[in-house]
Amino acid sequence: MIAELGSFSLMVALAVALVLGIVPIVGAARGNTTWMELARPSARALFVLVVAAAACLVASFVRDDFSVLYVATNSTRALPLRYKLAAFWGGHEGSMLLWLLILSFWMFAVSLFSRHLPLAMVARILGVMGLIGVGFLLFILLTSSPFERLLPAPEDGRDLNPLLQDPGMVAHPPMLYMGYVGFSVAFAFAIAALLGGNLDATWARWSRPWTTVAWSFLTLGICLGSAWAYYTLGWGGWWFWDPVENASFMPWLAGTALMHSLAVTEKRGAFKVWTVLLAIFAFSLSLLGTFLVRSGVLTSVHAFANDPRRGVFILLFLAVVIGGSLALYAWRAPKVGLGERFELISRETLLLTNNVLFLVAAGAVLLGTLWPLFVDALGLEKQSVGPPYFNLVFVPLMAPALFLMGIGPLARWKKASLPEIGIRLKWAFGVSIVSALLLPLALGKWSALAAFGLWMALWVFAATVANLWSRLRSLSGGLASRLRSLPRGYLGMLTAHVGVAVFIGGVTLVKSYESEKDVQIDVGDTVAMGPYTFQFKGVEDGARENYIYGRGTFEVTRNGRPAGTMHPEKRQFVGQSEPSTVAAIDRGLTRDLYVSLGEAVGGTGSTAWIVRVYYKPFVDWVWGGCLVMALGGTLALSDRRYRLARSGRPAIEPALSATAPA
Amino acid sequence: MPSRILPLALVLLTLALCAAGREAVPVGQDPAIERRMMTLAQELRCLVCQNQTLADSQAPLAADLRQEIRELMQKGQSDEQVKQYLVARYGDFVLYRPPLKSQTWLLWFGPGVLLVGGLTALYLAILRRRRLLADEPLNPDQEERALALLSEDEGQPS
Amino acid sequence: MRYLRYLIPLAAFLVLTGFLFKGLWIDPHTVPSPLIDKPAPAFRLTQVADAGKTLSRDELLGKVWLLNVWASWCVSCREEHAVLVDFARTGVVPIYGLDYEDTRDAAMKWLGTLGNPYQASLFDPDGRVGIDYGVYGVPETYVIDKTGTIRYKQIGPITPEVLHDKIVPLVRKLNA
Repeated sequence: MIAELGSFSLMVALAVALVLGIVPIVGAARGNTTWMELARPSARALFVLVVAAAACLVASFVRDDFSVLYVATNSTRALPLRYKLAAFWGGHEGSMLLWLLILSFWMFAVSLFSRHLPLAMVARILGVMGLIGVGFLLFILLTSSPFERLLPAPEDGRDLNPLLQDPGMVAHPPMLYMGYVGFSVAFAFAIAALLGGNLDATWARWSRPWTTVAWSFLTLGICLGSAWAYYTLGWGGWWFWDPVENASFMPWLAGTALMHSLAVTEKRGAFKVWTVLLAIFAFSLSLLGTFLVRSGVLTSVHAFANDPRRGVFILLFLAVVIGGSLALYAWRAPKVGLGERFELISRETLLLTNNVLFLVAAGAVLLGTLWPLFVDALGLEKQSVGPPYFNLVFVPLMAPALFLMGIGPLARWKKASLPEIGIRLKWAFGVSIVSALLLPLALGKWSALAAFGLWMALWVFAATVANLWSRLRSLSGGLASRLRSLPRGYLGMLTAHVGVAVFIGGVTLVKSYESEKDVQIDVGDTVAMGPYTFQFKGVEDGARENYIYGRGTFEVTRNGRPAGTMHPEKRQFVGQSEPSTVAAIDRGLTRDLYVSLGEAVGGTGSTAWIVRVYYKPFVDWVWGGCLVMALGGTLALSDRRYRLARSGRPAIEPALSATAPA
Repeated sequence: MPSRILPLALVLLTLALCAAGREAVPVGQDPAIERRMMTLAQELRCLVCQNQTLADSQAPLAADLRQEIRELMQKGQSDEQVKQYLVARYGDFVLYRPPLKSQTWLLWFGPGVLLVGGLTALYLAILRRRRLLADEPLNPDQEERALALLSEDEGQPS
Repeated sequence: MRYLRYLIPLAAFLVLTGFLFKGLWIDPHTVPSPLIDKPAPAFRLTQVADAGKTLSRDELLGKVWLLNVWASWCVSCREEHAVLVDFARTGVVPIYGLDYEDTRDAAMKWLGTLGNPYQASLFDPDGRVGIDYGVYGVPETYVIDKTGTIRYKQIGPITPEVLHDKIVPLVRKLNA
């Protein structure tokens, strides 16, 4: 019954989404206020209906209703409750429902926080999002319903994929989708502006907070995915340039470019059309990513069940949404005015250079990810593109961006003075270069790559500090009051850039100084790694709710003194052919110790195991940096100018008309 | 008395042996070859678990191929020769770093070309705008209004 | 004329869509063999049934033959085995087996239970010959011609369709 209620809810939602997608947009074109006013209530109704459907699915899991096919394939009676809830997004159908749920959540949010926008604009934005919702609802109802029945119902389910039975996996997809799907708002803003012909600086100001919040979520989502892979996959890696990782990284790159471009458009009313194109790109890459993961077109760790029929549907949807928006762009863009002028050396130019760099980077990742497909489709010999390619291509593209990151915030708008920037930054430049050249020696091994990476990280950090210092110096009062008087948008930017510096520092240090030992070890044996010694105490067996495990014990000493115990595990879930590895990680601010069990060797009676021990210096800075970046985004969102006036001021008149002389 | 000493001695001996332990044996016999092999294996694709490198994969074929590479290196073959050996049997698919040949020019040079093209287009676009948007000075009325607006604006973020 | 450049993103996207569509019908997992139209790698192996007898590639020159890579631990091999047993009875082409990463006992027991379509089965316990032939997943089958050149590789189990559409016509052509 509950599953049927869920299906029914989705069908009603489809009807609402159709109304939402058509009526307000037509109303905006015709100036029909009644039709336009339908947008907000429809969006809210859609949200309620999708939440109801989601609740039905959750209820089916909690009740162990194995007559629902999706529940039977992703859950089992013994599964702990928290994973029954997370099993919602454990498989293809449920994750599509999650996509839809989050899309409708964003629609709901837009309906709440759009009082300052002109009605026509709101109508168009929600209408566009409604149309996207129509696509997803059709996809779910026609090809991927999580409410399909399995009769006769089996006694027990097939269990959730063991890799997913983990806190990281619980948080990663929702966070990722909040970002991925959140770019649909920026996309809808862009389409609304193209449709309405009112593309101007205020449009950029309104779009910015939505873009920033989606970007922050996406940063967190990718960070969580990487951290989860690190401890679950058992070999200490945290980024593989796997097609699905790339699928989430490309929208992030485009989204970063978009955020910076919006700043230029907001300030100068310039490059509006370019910013709109970026908004279309960012969301298109999100949709493309969704396609790539589910269509079976690429080999990947993540791939959901592959079905050409589903692939065709999503591709069709992609073609309509992206093709349609690019066609709209081609039609409307040439008519948009140029905005204001700025010099070749100016903050605007630096921000736009950032755009080029990030977009080319996204393009390079896209090229590398799809290359095997291109080659295969053309009938040429199959090729693989992996980390060696991506690292070689991506790093040289990002290095100039990092360098500019130090300069950009100090450049004046409209016309910047290089000598002035030089004076302000000469200290930062000198300190960062000298430290970068000396630090590797202190860490034990000098390499050009380590020095360069450290220089970039220290440069960004020092330049950001220099920026803040010169800004604070021009104010009066105590430090706390001076900081409080600075705009949050500015502080957010500084924080995010510091996050990047921390991230780059972490990546450089861990890649240059990590070490690994692959050993065969018996009870009582030790393995040494720098100042640390690991003594193997054996593996004991046990059982938990839905798996049996072998739990290893290692006693760690540092320079002879005890430094803790580590317990790597091998878990065998019922119904899985291969055991999963859960590494033991001793986390620290300056290093991680990482131990993972390979396999038992020597036959029956032997207590020896193959074990991998890793020393990973500063690896937590990788994720710490991402967290700081997301924090910066959140800080920027709390800027005063985004707080809605309590007096409900009428919509702001556009500062520049769309028909300014070209 | 003796009947108590013997068990005690045995216990002490066992404890001593336990405390001693040995250094664990590395899986590869020759550390230099092992390191070379693992570095090379990081750039090779496992054909069974196709999303892992040959270095990381636990698949039996991966273990066999790692052993094969060890032996080839012990016979004195260079990294390039080992790669050729594998490509002859499994094709370019086994390389995670695509070879540079005319078929892969687009892949390897594409990003660079795109970068140069993008920066050039940006540069030209900005110069064009500058030409088209010469700044016009304000007339006295506009200037007065501008000053009035500026003085009533408080703490606008930059 | 300058309006044309606004169409570039759309044009690029349509090209991309074309590739993605084509990609839906391709299996990205299969690894085609680079050995097609190249000489079959040489081998000299003992036979599964008799450790005293060997068989080398050169002894098989002068005739068209199939090399079927199998193992007793391989589940998909059972699927194709019945097809092979039937095919062997037709006598169209001799089939030789390559017993990959297996033990003699398990292999003989398997053949005993499921039937033996092979003229002889070669014993490759450490998979070395398999690696030379680019084997990465059992079962795989090669069609080798009179000059000892590999002409076709089947990845995955042999089905009646594959026999009918690809292997038998090819064998007939090579025998002509």
